[in-house]
Parts: sequence; structure tokens; C-alpha cells
Amino acid sequence: MATEPLLQVEDLHTSFFTPAGEVKAVNGVSFFLERGKVLGIVGESGSGKSVTAYSIMQILAPTGKIVSGSIKLDGQELVNVGESVMKTVRGNKISIIFQDPMTSLNPTYTIGHQLVEAIMLHTNRDKKQAQERALEMLRLVNVNEPEKRIKQYPFEFSGGMRQRVMIAMALACEPDILIADEPTTALDVTIQAQILELMKSLQKELGMAIIMITHDLGVVAQMCDEVIVMYAGSICEQGTADEIFYNPKHEYTKGLMRSIPTAETAGSKLQPISGTPIDLLCMPEGCPFAPRCSNAMKICLKSPCERMRLNKDHMSACWMNVKESMENEADKPKKKKGGEKNEQNP
Amino acid sequence: MSKILEQENPLVDIRNLKQYFSINVGPFQRKPLKAVDDVSFSIRRGETLGLVGESGCGKTTVGRTILHLYKPTAGEVVFDGRPIETPADIRYLRKKATMVFQDPYSSLNPRMTVSDIIGEPLDIHKAYANKAERQEQILELMDRVGLNSEHAARYAHEFSGGQRQRIGIARALALHPEFIVCDEPVSALDVSIQAQVINMFVELQQQLGLTYLFIAHDILVVRHISNRIAVMYLGKMVELADSKEIYEHPLHPYTRSLMSAVPQPDPKVARASHRIVLSGDIPSPLNAPSGCPFRTRCAYARECCAESVPEFQEVEKGHFVACHRIKEL
Ligand SMILES: Nc1ncnc2c1ncn2[C@@H]1O[C@H](COP(=O)(O)OP(=O)(O)OP(=O)(O)O)[C@@H](O)[C@H]1O
Ligand SMILES: Nc1ncnc2c1ncn2[C@@H]1O[C@H](COP(=O)(O)OP(=O)(O)OP(=O)(O)O)[C@@H](O)[C@H]1O
Ligand code: SF4
Ligand SMILES: [Mg+2]
Ligand SMILES: [Mg+2]
Repeated sequence: MATEPLLQVEDLHTSFFTPAGEVKAVNGVSFFLERGKVLGIVGESGSGKSVTAYSIMQILAPTGKIVSGSIKLDGQELVNVGESVMKTVRGNKISIIFQDPMTSLNPTYTIGHQLVEAIMLHTNRDKKQAQERALEMLRLVNVNEPEKRIKQYPFEFSGGMRQRVMIAMALACEPDILIADEPTTALDVTIQAQILELMKSLQKELGMAIIMITHDLGVVAQMCDEVIVMYAGSICEQGTADEIFYNPKHEYTKGLMRSIPTAETAGSKLQPISGTPIDLLCMPEGCPFAPRCSNAMKICLKSPCERMRLNKDHMSACWMNVKESMENEADKPKKKKGGEKNEQNP
Repeated sequence: MSKILEQENPLVDIRNLKQYFSINVGPFQRKPLKAVDDVSFSIRRGETLGLVGESGCGKTTVGRTILHLYKPTAGEVVFDGRPIETPADIRYLRKKATMVFQDPYSSLNPRMTVSDIIGEPLDIHKAYANKAERQEQILELMDRVGLNSEHAARYAHEFSGGQRQRIGIARALALHPEFIVCDEPVSALDVSIQAQVINMFVELQQQLGLTYLFIAHDILVVRHISNRIAVMYLGKMVELADSKEIYEHPLHPYTRSLMSAVPQPDPKVARASHRIVLSGDIPSPLNAPSGCPFRTRCAYARECCAESVPEFQEVEKGHFVACHRIKEL
């Protein structure tokens, strides 16, 4: 790799220390993000998507802690840099928007006040300039009559408008990375389409990178260049959107793709993944997905599979891939197989 | 208009249903909120009718009003040929028709055991002769929805989301209903678990001959499970047709943008698809626009759209639309 990636996460481990024990919410996550790219993180509820994001921002709950690993922004290590440095990172370099915009807006202040405060905090604009910027941002996110809207309170805004205000606030300081944690989950389909379109056009215009956290595979297909699939705190598969959707290689991802209703499934049975989601307090010894996997082999129950590169656009951590590559090797004994392990992004 | 109502042997027949809530808008001022405004449709026996539309458009209120959990402001509900009017009719309806809710977490009492939750409707309607019969019925219901009957004495909070939804469904089945209003029953579940529960709804329907009104905001889920789909906007029905038909050839301008906005879980399709992105926000139902409820966001709106409410009419066989400009679109 010639130039340094914008964001590089290596072997991140984040845990919560609860009375019931250590909850290993993020378990050895590694990836990088290049400038201007949209990276999707999918996975079921509790798989560690938000905790990964909160670890990058270092906004974990008090019981949560980055246990080990490295997070580098533009080459600068962020783990253990201290709160004063993180304060300049948050908002300036990395912004985050959450699922529920109401919880992130203060109901007692006007939208304008909150925007102006955020802009003044993160840039060296004075109040007047910040007000100008606030109006400009509201226009950018298609809020009608921004001069009037800026004097209103959050409750006077609809859900979709609030989410647009949150985007305006997150983008006001032109961050390099926008982390969007389920930004449209609470919104209606037509409003979701507005927000996604807006994010995509702003991303192109401003050249920022986006980490898009969602459990909606449709949103991923529409927005993302690359996709990370998480299961039980680790990345089970990672690759370009096309590889993940058209050539899934991890048994969990395959199951996930099979379980979506499509035009063809109407009137027939869906193919769900059996079993129930994992309990992080009693993780199995082997592959975390093994208890629900219909193809689990003995080795899957014994030890987790390391991440393997399948091609330049695709990595997966599934013993089935090892088995397949061994079978291929047996078929054509002369050809050498290059399965380097533990690499980062494709 | 009456054509829709003349479906052969409808199990549920809704005529000009209205549900207005009286809302405080000032210290001494009240205003009607027209949550459901003159809606007519029918559901055939054994059919699944999907109901979609934006948050607040009145889907839940339609379901609750059909079941007379809310007294209709106006209009008629006819169940299996019997108009629901008197308290006796309502008691009859409550046995034959029931509801499954979205949130398996909050709709179940965490202090009750599974067996008590499922047994409650049996208790209310005294649907057993003795304790043993009660227990037997509960275990059979658990078995039906794929719950391990050894877990009957456990509390709801000990179960996962998908399992809790199964508990809710077992409870709904307790009195052998014919009709179930399913209000976003899989929305809170992960994709993989969602598929398990959807399959169960389909299996139960086939085994027991159930009829569903299936409310959801995930169009892909609704298309999968429904025979026909109805679309609501601001308390009014704007379109109703076979699910394949309405998905592939939506006619109403709102349905068109809704269908085009569905995120397709297929990158090539998603990249190629043309989304009709609506501008503006959904008006408040307290200040619904005159005429067509959609006109403030509709690219085709003309003066006539503000003047009168477009009639909900059959434009192709079995395809109903409420739009003044339908012929010109
Ligand atoms: N403050 C906390 N204390 C203890 N455990 C926590 C805390 N926050 C998160 N966890 C646990 O960490 C795991 C990962 O949670 P996370 O919020 O990252 O999941 P997610 O993938 O974002 O799920 P969702 O799709 O539901 O948002 C979960 O098992 C969760 O219970
Ligand atoms: N009990 C009530 N009293 C007053 N207003 C109500 C009541 N129930 C619903 N409403 C209002 O009626 C309208 C329709 O609500 P309803 O819950 O039926 O919508 P919905 O389509 O189910 O929305 P969602 O998708 O968010 O569940 C909303 O404006 C709502 O605020
Ligand atoms: S009636 Fe008019 S405003 Fe309503 S959908 Fe049709 S064209 Fe649009
Ligand atoms: Mg989350
Ligand atoms: Mg509802």
C-alpha cells in the first residue's frame, strides 16, 4: 500500500465490564477506509456494529473499554491519545449521526442555536459567520425556508427533517469521515430515499468517506462500495458490494442473503437461518456461527477460522472456504494456491 | 365504489370506515384528527391483505377500528356476513378476530410466565373445563408456533425477540380466531429471524385457514406474504391491487414513488434503478390538505386535486386507485 489509508483499524477488541461478566462486544476487528469511499457494516442486532463505531469515536459507555488494538486516522494513533485530542477529532475529522435524531438534539434549544454552537465549537468562525454557515448547511440538506426554520425547536420538525438537521450538523465542519449509525432505520421508505440520496450527493460533492451501519441489505446495496459483515463481534466476511451480494463465501452471509424476501419467494417459503442469535456471555469455542450453521464441520466447533483472502476483492473467515480450497488443490495438484491470512481489506 | 365490496364471500368487509380522534389544539379548543377517513375494502377468506403506507397514515388505527378496539366514528364493519353493531356482535368479533403486535418486548408482560401469557385469553373466555385441559391447550399452542413446551414456566424476558413474537402469536391463536390483524409483527426482528416468523405465519395460515390483515412498512416482506396490497396515505386509501401488480405497475403517484424507493438488496439493480424522490414532508393529519391528501407532494397535481377528494375507483380489474389524473398519467 503506497499511501496511508484514511482510517485504519487493527485487531480492535472492545469489552463491557458488567456484573454478569466481560461482554466482548468487538473481538478482533480489522479494516481500513479510503478517502471518498462508502463502507457498509451489516450484521444482526448485537453483532458489534455500533460498538465498533463508538470505539472509533471513543464515545463508549463508562463500562466499555478498548481492551487492545489500534485505530489510526491519517496515520495518527487514536487509542489512548487522551480526551483532548479526541475532542478535536470528533466533529472536525469524524462525525457521527445516530438512528434517533431526537435523542441527539436538545429539545430546549432552537435548531439554529444548536447548529451555530456546533459550528463554533469545531471551527474558528465567529457567531455571525457560524450563523451564515448554519443557513448554508440547512439549504444544503434541503430544508425549506431555512431563515424561518432556524428559529424553530426540534419538536417542530418531522423525523426526516430532524435527521437532515443532524446531517447538516455533522457535515458543518466538513469531516473526512461521516459515520452513519442506522441513519434511516426510523424513517419511512420515501423519506429514507430522500436522506440516502442526500448523503450520496453530499459525499460526492465533499469527497468524504462514509461508514454506513445498517441491518438493511437494500441500503447497503444502494450506498456502499465495500461491505463488512459482522457476526458476534467479529468480521466474518468482507469485500466489495458485488462480491458480498453475488458471491458470498461465509455461511452466515449466505444464509442472510437467502433469507431476504424477493420477487421469486412470493408464495413460497423463505429460507431462514435456524436458531437464535448468540449470547456474547457464553461464546462457543469454535466459529461463533457454528451453532446455527447447517454446514458446520467438526473443526468449526473446535476452533474459529482465521480470515482468508479469497481474491483481491474478498476475504472470509469460514472453514468451508478452507475445505473448498483444499479440494481445489487436490483437483489440480500443480497449481499453487495463495491463501495469505490475516490481511486487511481486499 | 360498491364493486370492491362485492368480492365473493369476503370474511371482512369494511364500508366507509372513519376514525376521528378529538385532539386538544389549544386550551379550550379541540380538533378532529382524521386518522382513518372513509376507507372501504374487503378481505377474502384465507387471504392475506397487506397494508402499507407512511408512519402515521392510519394503518394501526384501521386494524384497531376493525376489531372495535376503537369504536368507529362512522362506517360499517361486516364480519362473515354479520354487521358488527351491538355489544353481543363485538363479543362475537373478539372471539373470531384478534391482533398480533409489533413489539414482542413491550407487548408481553415480563412478570408473567409463557404459560400465563398464552393462557390469559383462555381464562378470559373460560375456554376450558379444568386445569388439565387448560394446560393441554397451552402446550399444544406452544407446539404449534415452534416453542419448546418444556419452557412453559419461563418468563417472557428469558426469550429472544423471535421467540417472544412466537409467544405473542400463540396467544393470538388461543381462541381459534379466523382473522388476525398482524401489526408490524416482524419489524423488530433481524432479517434471519424475520424469515422464520414469516414462514410460521404462512404455515399457520395454510393449516388453520386463517385470514390476515398484514401491516408492515417493509414492502419486500409485504409483497412476499400478501395476495393483495392496499396503500394508505394520510388516513385515506389511495391504491389497492394484487401484490405483484401493484409492485410492478403501481398507478397512483404516491405508490409509484413508494415502490421506486424500496431499497433493493441487489447492487446492480439498486444502481440501475430510478428512484422517484419526493420532495417535502408528510403533512400533519390535523392539517390535511383539501382534496387529494397527496397533492402537496405530487408532481402531477393540478387545481382539480385541491378541489375535491378523488374517488377510489376500479381502473383495471381488481385494481383500485384514488387519483383525479389517473387517466392522464
Ligand atoms: N453499555 C453496554 N453495556 C454492556 N453491554 C453492551 C453495552 N453496549 C453494548 N453492549 C453489548 O455489546 C454488543 C454489541 O452491541 P452493538 O450495540 O454494537 O450491536 P449492534 O450490532 O450495533 O446492534 P443493533 O443492530 O441492535 O444496533 C451487544 O451484545 C450489546 O449487548
Ligand atoms: N389513540 C389515539 N388518539 C389520538 N390520536 C391517535 C391515536 N392513535 C393514533 N392517533 C393518530 O392517528 C394517526 C394515525 O395513527 P396510526 O397509529 O394508525 O398510524 P400508523 O399508520 O399505524 O403509523 P405507524 O407506521 O407509525 O405505526 C396518527 O396521526 C396518530 O398520531
Ligand atoms: S389526485 Fe392529483 S394530487 Fe392526487 S395523486 Fe392524483 S394527480 Fe396527484
Ligand atoms: Mg447498533
Ligand atoms: Mg402502526
